[in-house]
Amino acid sequence: MTVTQSKNNKKHIKILSGNHAAAHAFRQSRVEVVSAYPITPQSPVVEKISDFIANGELDAKFLMVESEHSAAAACCAASATGSRVGTATSAHGLELMYEMLPWASGNRLPIVINLATRALGGPWSVWTDHQDFVTIRDVGWIQFFCEDNQEIYDTNIQAFKIAEDPRVFLPAIVAYDGYILSHTQMPVQLEDQDAIDEFLPPLQHHLNLSDVSTPVGVDPVTTPHVIIRPEGTAPGYYEYRYALQKSLENSIDIILEVHDDFAKKFGRSIGNGIYKTFMTEDADIIIFAMGSVASQARTALKKLRAEGLKIGIVSLRLFRPFPAKHLREFFNGKKTVIVFDRDIGYGYEGVLSYELKAALYGLKEAPFIKGFIVGLGGRDITTENIIEGVHKGLEAAKTGEIIHTCDFIGLRLDELDFLKEDD
Amino acid sequence: MTEKKKDYQKILASVQKPVIGEAGKTGTWSSLKPELDEEKCIPIRSGKPACFNCWLYCPEACIEKVVKEDSITLKIDYDYCKGCGICEEECPAKAIKMVEIRPE
Repeated sequence: MTVTQSKNNKKHIKILSGNHAAAHAFRQSRVEVVSAYPITPQSPVVEKISDFIANGELDAKFLMVESEHSAAAACCAASATGSRVGTATSAHGLELMYEMLPWASGNRLPIVINLATRALGGPWSVWTDHQDFVTIRDVGWIQFFCEDNQEIYDTNIQAFKIAEDPRVFLPAIVAYDGYILSHTQMPVQLEDQDAIDEFLPPLQHHLNLSDVSTPVGVDPVTTPHVIIRPEGTAPGYYEYRYALQKSLENSIDIILEVHDDFAKKFGRSIGNGIYKTFMTEDADIIIFAMGSVASQARTALKKLRAEGLKIGIVSLRLFRPFPAKHLREFFNGKKTVIVFDRDIGYGYEGVLSYELKAALYGLKEAPFIKGFIVGLGGRDITTENIIEGVHKGLEAAKTGEIIHTCDFIGLRLDELDFLKEDD
Repeated sequence: MTEKKKDYQKILASVQKPVIGEAGKTGTWSSLKPELDEEKCIPIRSGKPACFNCWLYCPEACIEKVVKEDSITLKIDYDYCKGCGICEEECPAKAIKMVEIRPE
């Protein structure tokens, strides 16, 4: 990422934490309702938004609610009145919202929620990993992962535009690593409000409950069968869910379109909008990762390249809809992929690991894929860890043995005295 | 590469057990300490197990009731008393005064 001068030649660079970058994006996106509940490490997002509203920089309603479940429910209700809405959360806050998430996607509400990622208890942790992010992957939300604070700002603005596009109408999560990005300050270029307003016009919602001249009830009990009456027909649940899936699949096109429009207007891109690549032009060994894991992997590239390995990184930005087609195109012909997951599908493998394997299923020239788990609960991911994973992955590729479990790198079991075996 | 397998079943729930002074002697945090006037203190002067508000309200459980057959005393643990003054506030007999302790 480079901070380039914006096309309209005005520079507003602020040193912002990831949380505040998200808050500024909400301010400039003219969000109308924010229902907030605090949780480490996202609280500064909603605190900053409340500052903006209190001092008149943002004309919005700020609802302090009693829990994240209420925050999500309030987002759904507020969105259904035709308003641009959003909030932020982390870890168990997101889990508490879980009940409302399929409600939001099923009713096609363009809500944007920022997720400062945080490990799930138990045991209790405040540090980052990506588990909370992956646990909601099946509820029909668009999911982005940001690798730096500029991306947080840019992606939030794009997220509203994508979510509100009539070809989409879906809610979106914009995620970034807790503490690593949420609380770390970086230069972020803020754009002129006029330019943002041009890029992101007011929301034209398909629902408007605040218009009481035409009363409607949203989300009645919807039967398994289609309604066929002389007055007209209505879909059954199955058709609504089909439409949701189709829209989520097709949203990739709009995500790319909005990304490219943003790049044209503001001079900044995030890879191709789906993933970023580092040193992959001549690479046949690829490290596949998200967020802080991809960032850390970059520090290992120099050493690995010095070993003569033709190795590069793919940093995934778009997680849902999972860009299977684009990944198949990229990975066809590559020899080895080493996946580092800062999450795990317990009882199976790292989520990125098995989702990539599934996406590349049946590829004529599919690479060998080996997955590793790293950094759960904020365990530091070191350059040495990445190098270890790459070496182990290449060893596994030599034997060609395919296993469906992931090795954990960076464990410190040996330092636990109660685990020392008697001979 | 033969590695002795660790018995991961030895790692179950993350459980804490209470100990005294995990954060060090927090009594050093304050220069204010409670001074007890035994002549005013209701249980001490009456010899009856009454009141004990200071024991009840101390947030750090720094006050101990010592109830013997023929006498009652209150022991204040100055190692962990943080000088919050709640005991002074809650004493109905005004038997506790927060005093400043200055190093010699």
